[in-house]
Amino acid sequence: MRSVSMTDKAGRTLALLVPPVDEVGATERAEFFTKRSIKKESKIHALYLAISMCDLTTLEGADTPGRVRQMCEKARHPVPPDVFQSVAGQKNLPPIPSVAAVCVYPSMVSTAVKALAGSAINVASVATAFPSGQAPLKVKLDDTRFAVSEGANEIDMVINRGAFLSGDYQLVFDEIAATKEACGEAHLKVILETGELGSLDRVRLASEIAMRAGADFIKTSTGKIQPAATLPVTLVMLQAIQDFYMKTGKKIGMKPAGGIRTAKQAIQYLCMVNETMGSDWLTPDLFRFGASAMVNDILKQIFKEATGRYYYDRVFSLD
Amino acid sequence: MTTKRALDKKSKAQAAKIAPVEKLPKQAKTGAMKFEYAPSLESTDIVRIEKRNRLFIGGKFIEPSSEAYFTSMNPATGERLADIAEAGDADVDLAVRTARKTYENVWSKMSGRERGRYLFRIARLIQERSRELAVLETLDNGKPIRESRDVDVPLVAAHFFYHAGWADKLNYAFPGQNVSPLGVVGQIIPWNFPLLMAAWKIAPALACGNTVVLKPAETTSLSALLLAQVFQDAGLPDGVVNIVTGAGATGAALVNHPDVDKIAFTGSTDVGKIIARAVAGTKKRLTLELGGKSAHIIFEDAALDQALEGVINGIYFNQGHVCCAGSRLLLEESIAEEFVAKLKKRVAKLRVGNPLDKNTDIGAINSAGELKKIKKLIQLGKDEGGEFFEPTCAIPDKGFYQRPCFFSNVSSSFTLSRVEIFGPVLAVSTFRTSQEAVLKANDTPYGLAAGIWSEKGAKIHKVAGQLKAGVIWANTYNKFDPSAPFGGYNESGWGREGGRHGLSAYLDVR
Repeated sequence: MRSVSMTDKAGRTLALLVPPVDEVGATERAEFFTKRSIKKESKIHALYLAISMCDLTTLEGADTPGRVRQMCEKARHPVPPDVFQSVAGQKNLPPIPSVAAVCVYPSMVSTAVKALAGSAINVASVATAFPSGQAPLKVKLDDTRFAVSEGANEIDMVINRGAFLSGDYQLVFDEIAATKEACGEAHLKVILETGELGSLDRVRLASEIAMRAGADFIKTSTGKIQPAATLPVTLVMLQAIQDFYMKTGKKIGMKPAGGIRTAKQAIQYLCMVNETMGSDWLTPDLFRFGASAMVNDILKQIFKEATGRYYYDRVFSLD
Repeated sequence: MTTKRALDKKSKAQAAKIAPVEKLPKQAKTGAMKFEYAPSLESTDIVRIEKRNRLFIGGKFIEPSSEAYFTSMNPATGERLADIAEAGDADVDLAVRTARKTYENVWSKMSGRERGRYLFRIARLIQERSRELAVLETLDNGKPIRESRDVDVPLVAAHFFYHAGWADKLNYAFPGQNVSPLGVVGQIIPWNFPLLMAAWKIAPALACGNTVVLKPAETTSLSALLLAQVFQDAGLPDGVVNIVTGAGATGAALVNHPDVDKIAFTGSTDVGKIIARAVAGTKKRLTLELGGKSAHIIFEDAALDQALEGVINGIYFNQGHVCCAGSRLLLEESIAEEFVAKLKKRVAKLRVGNPLDKNTDIGAINSAGELKKIKKLIQLGKDEGGEFFEPTCAIPDKGFYQRPCFFSNVSSSFTLSRVEIFGPVLAVSTFRTSQEAVLKANDTPYGLAAGIWSEKGAKIHKVAGQLKAGVIWANTYNKFDPSAPFGGYNESGWGREGGRHGLSAYLDVR
C-alpha cells in the first residue's frame, strides 16, 4: 500500500492508504463484463435503468438557450410518449423514463432550470474553469457559486491535474474541499479526467483524495480528452468507492462520462456495477452515465424489444 | 434521495436569493432495484449425440468385441446423455496392434513436415467446429459454456497449432542431440478437461512421431470421440490415433499391454501410484500428472482487488476440478480480515447453475460420486473446526451442484489443508512473514502449482525461488500456454507437458 499524508480543513492529518492496482488484472476483470449475455426482460430492465441514469450533456462554446431548451425537452421525454405508446402497446412496456439530469455550462443553468420546471430532472453544471481547471481558485469558486445561485443542484468540478501530477495532493484535496463548501447543498461530482492521469494507480489515488475531500460522486472524464470513460477505469473507481464504503459507511456515486455510445456498452457498465457493488448502487442517486449519444441507441433497442424489428435512426430526434 | 433532500433544503435557503428562477419540485426517486439476469441458454442444436458411441480404432468407429456399453450422464440434469462402448482386453489389444502397425508402416516413415501439415489441419478444423466442441464439452462435463467456449476449446486449438510447428523442427529443440519417436504411446486422461487433456496428450505425441491409444475418462468420452471425427476430416492416416473408451479396467489393460512404449497419465495420485507400480521393471516410459494442493500467497503489498479475482479464478474455475487449483489461500495477517470480507462478498456474487447458460460462473459437479466426496470433505472441515462460509444462492433441483464455499481459520494439520478436494472449496489460513508463507506453502505432499501476489518484484522472485512447485504464477493464476511446461513435484507427478520440456517426454533424446 502506498501512504499519502494530507491535512484536512480542521488541521487533522489524513493518511491515505492507497492499495496498488494491477493494470493487467484490472483490465482482464473489466473485460469479463463484456461477456455477460443480458437478454429478454433483464435487457429491457437494464435499458430503462440506463436511461434513468443518464446525464444529457451539452458543453460547447456554441451552446445557446435555444439548444439547451431543446435538450431539456429530450431529457423529459427521450421519445414522444404517444409515439412510444403506439409501439409499446402489445408488449405492455412502461413509459420511457426521463433522464436523471441535464449537464450544462454555468451560463446556461437558468435556462435549463426554467425549461425543466415541474420535472424531477436535476440540473447539473460544470464549474471550476471546466474543462482544464487552469484558473485561480477564487475564479473556480466564483464559477461554482454562480452556478449554484442560478439553480444548479449538481456541480461537476474538475480536479487540478497539474497539482496532482506534480505530486501536490494537498492542493488537490484543498481545492475539492473548498469547492464542496462553495456548493452548499448542491451535490458535488468530482471529475478526475482519468485520460490525463497516466495509470490506474493514479486513478485509484485521485478517487481516494476526492472522496476524502467531500465528493458525492466521482466521475471519470470531461469528455474533452481521449481516452474518456473505459471499463477498467470505471472498475478501479468503483472498487475505491466500495473500500471507502466499507471503511466509512458512506456511499459515493460513480459517473463514467464520455465514450459510452451504445446500449450494449451501457449494459456492460450496469453488469459491472451490479457485480462489483451490488444492487444498492443501481440507482440514479449513485450511478450516472455522462453519455448523450447513448440514449438514442437505447431507444432503438427498446423499440426492437417491443416490436421485434430495428427502427430507422431518424425515428429518434437528435436532441 | 439525497439529491432531492439537498435540493429541498437549498430551495428554502436560497428562495430569496434566486427569486427569478422557478424552483424545481422534485419527485421521489425510485430506490435501487435488483438486476436479475434472465437465462441466456446456448443452443444445443449444433450438437448431434449418437445414442451408442463405438470405439475408434484404425480410423473407423467399431463395435467393442465385448459388446458392452455403459451410460454417460449429463451432470447438469442427471439424465442419460449417451451409451459408450466399454473396451475390453481384446479391444485394447486391437487398438495397440493397430497403432503399432501404423507406426511401423506409415507414421514413422513420414517426414516431420508432413506430420505438421496434419496437425495444422486438425487445429484449423477445431477452430471451425469450436462451438460444437464447446457445447458438447459442457453437456458431457458440466462446465460452464463460457469456460468451454473461451478457455478449453481455444487452448485445444492452440496446442495443436503449437505442436504442429515443432513437428519438423525437433532437432532444433535439442541441439547437438539425436531425437527419435518412442513408438506406441498409451494415454489416459481425466474428466475435468476432457478435450483439453486429449489435446495436451495427442498433439505432442503426434508431432514427435508416435502413434497413440487414448483412453478418455468414463464420464467424459464424447468430446474425444468428436475429436476422432475431426481426425477423419483432416485425413489423418487411419490408426495414428485410436480411442478406447471405458473405465478403470480398460485403463489397466492399456497400462499392462506389453507392446506399449510409453504411458502418459493425468489423474489422481492414487491411480498414478498404481500405474507406477504396474510399469516398474518394464521398458515403458512413464509421465504422471497428478493431484495438487496448491498454495495461493497474498502479501499485504499486493493489488488486493486483482488478487481477489486471482483467488476466485484459482479455486472456482471449472468448479474447482483443476489439478493446479489454488486450494490453499495464505493471507498475510495484516490484510486477512479485509480480504476475507471481500472474499465473502465476491463469492456471493458467483452465479451457480445451468452450465449452458452463458452467464453461469459455476456449473455442475461432474458426477454424483465426486459431489458425494466433496460434501464429505466439507463436513469433515466443519467437524475439524474451520469457519465455514457458503452463499445462499439457489441451485437447480436436478443434477449435481455444489455452491462455491471456503473455510477460514484453517490449520495446516486439518484434512482440508492436506487432502485434494477437487471441488469449489477453499481453505484459508494466515502467515506473518514471507519465510512463514514459504514454509506453509511447501507443507504439503504435493507440489504442482503456486501463486504469489505482491507489487514488489524482488519479493516475488525470492519467494518463487523457495517454493517447491512445478508452476508458479505471479500476480495471476491459472494461465495456460502450450509453450509453458506444466508438471509437479513429489506426489504431483513426474515429467512435464508443454513447451520444449514436454516434447522430450515423447522422444528418445540421445
